[in-house]
Amino acid sequence: MNARFLRDGYVTDALAQIGAAGLFFFTILGAVPKSLRHFRETVRQIWFVGAMSLVIIMTCGLFVGMVLALQLYHTLSIFGGTAALGTVVALSLFRELGPVVTALLFAGRAGTSITAEIGLMRATDQLAAMEMMAVDPVAYVVAPRFLAGVIAMPILACVFNALGIFGGHLVGVTWLGVDNGTFWGNMTANVEVWADVINGVWKSLAFGAVVTLIAVFQGYTTPPTSEGVAYATTRTVVFSSIVVLALDFVLTAFLM
Amino acid sequence: MTQRRSYAVGTGLFILLGFAALAYLATQTTSVANYRQGDSYTVKARFGNVGQLKLRAPVKIAGVRIGSVSSVQLEPDKLDALVTLSIDKRYHDIPDDSSAVIFTSGLLGDQYVGIQPGGSPEMLKDGDELVLTQSALQLEDLIGKFLVNGSGDASKKPAANAQDHKPAGGS
Amino acid sequence: MSRSAEPLVRVRGLSTRLGDKVIFDGLDLDIPRGSITAVMGPSGTGKTTLLKHITGQMRPDAGEVWVDGSNVPTLGRDALFALRERIGYLFQNSALLTDFDVFENVAFPLRQHARLPEELVRNIVLTKLQAVGLRGAARLMPSELSGGMARRVALARAIVFDPMLILYDEPFVGLDPIALNQVLKLIRTLNQTLGITSILVAHELSAVRRVADRVHLLANGKIVAAGAPDELARGESDWTKQFFGGEADGPVPFHYPAGDYAHDLGFDGSAA
Repeated sequence: MNARFLRDGYVTDALAQIGAAGLFFFTILGAVPKSLRHFRETVRQIWFVGAMSLVIIMTCGLFVGMVLALQLYHTLSIFGGTAALGTVVALSLFRELGPVVTALLFAGRAGTSITAEIGLMRATDQLAAMEMMAVDPVAYVVAPRFLAGVIAMPILACVFNALGIFGGHLVGVTWLGVDNGTFWGNMTANVEVWADVINGVWKSLAFGAVVTLIAVFQGYTTPPTSEGVAYATTRTVVFSSIVVLALDFVLTAFLM
Repeated sequence: MTQRRSYAVGTGLFILLGFAALAYLATQTTSVANYRQGDSYTVKARFGNVGQLKLRAPVKIAGVRIGSVSSVQLEPDKLDALVTLSIDKRYHDIPDDSSAVIFTSGLLGDQYVGIQPGGSPEMLKDGDELVLTQSALQLEDLIGKFLVNGSGDASKKPAANAQDHKPAGGS
Repeated sequence: MSRSAEPLVRVRGLSTRLGDKVIFDGLDLDIPRGSITAVMGPSGTGKTTLLKHITGQMRPDAGEVWVDGSNVPTLGRDALFALRERIGYLFQNSALLTDFDVFENVAFPLRQHARLPEELVRNIVLTKLQAVGLRGAARLMPSELSGGMARRVALARAIVFDPMLILYDEPFVGLDPIALNQVLKLIRTLNQTLGITSILVAHELSAVRRVADRVHLLANGKIVAAGAPDELARGESDWTKQFFGGEADGPVPFHYPAGDYAHDLGFDGSAA
């Protein structure tokens, strides 16, 4: 019973998927030097993957900052500590919410479109056609998207953080009346460049690699049917979200 | 071709935006902009107890930031804390008999090193040591002292009052 | 000298299984240089798989596939890619890159494999597009093309490096009679003017008769009949009779293998 469950059950399927994705990661790394020869494609993908996600990232960053300030103000005011509002908003954003929320939004916005695009290229034989034209599809299609994701994620996270600070300032200072000087002064006194800002950048680099890897892997290995592509995009969002949150815990434990 | 060029320009702008955001975060939300690396000199000070003093905590004179703590170490032979202060070159007119005190900003705030200027005509030089120091005020000690003294006062004062009162009432 | 006399593609003892299904069982096949050879057969007999073996997209379980003097299943990736640069492949659904317009699709192999001045790329691409009659469509996107036009663009892309061999996977499927004639004309012209050896996989006997020099009939993992199209159409074997006569039942059974009919319906009493 147990052995049967292992043989054709979820556990072995999941392990096989993880193993295959891991091997695919090394295949991509191997193809990166070749893909740098047509770097234009990577530039184009940064545009599609990164710049096209700016609007959603900026909007959400603003609102997350505003909500943070609103929530924290009421909690902090219980302890008479509203002076720390700037610090707490900034630290929550830089350490956790910036990288994590950006990665989740990125999985939904850019990850799904990467999966669908590569899946459709598979379904319409475009990948096979490249193989036949002696062009390595991993180097031409997969690696540029992967690189673009890894490059775009920290940029998007920084933009998210900046908008979040702006939103927090808007609510905290303009609306709730925390003193402007106190807000900034406490923030600058307690936020560290390396421990907070740059740590967040490392995190988002790791998230960028993981989310984009999942997206390209799901697209590349999708069954070449419309149903297969639909399932693959769903799996991209589900797996990315789980892995981002789990990895966030591990990274936080190691980095902090 | 023109289509490709526009992607390149857009992508370039996007990456610039990223660096701008990072620069904004690094300089506006942290105190990195206040650090003056390179044009500073270091001064040492020993404390019996540094409390919660952290690396890069501010060093202030009269409340104005003049530098930061660049290291906190234990002196193995004397078993006291050796704190190295990195002070901006602009503030080179600090008398060498000044004292260093660890203060707390606010009741629960972070600690910083305050320098109280002395009156010596000699000024501090790179590598000098501040001899007069005062350790961090420990909140626990303070509360302990308050409780002990407070209860002592409380038991003494009514007694004293009573004594004051009795003769007064008696006489 | 003897090199040009030997067949361009020579398959010996090819055996392949996909899961439990035997696709090829000791298949032998010769494709002479400069010929147009059609491989026909019922659906699901592995015609496309044969093309994949010739181009090294799939490796057989056993057997040799010699293409221009090299045994494809033994080639490493680099050697295989070098060989593929000399082979054109026309996919059934054209497989144009949807990101690029017609011009860039045809230019794609050039840009990937050769650093040529833009002027030269432009000349080559326009020449190939002119050959398939679509020079005027150079700036259209693949989504704006009809099926026949897309196939002609794919053909232009396949010949951009002047290959020695072109493989056509079902080139006539889903074409109206005009587009069909255009594709037929192109296959013949490319063969005659450039001497490109062609292998085509198809079902349409009438179209194949007008273009192919030889026809191989593939069934049950083997070549069951070979010869000139007209010769084969008059053939007396059960296979040729069924296939070219279009009969519903024959060596290829009408019924998918099943258990006893009466038993399934419960008429032998056992189901009750």
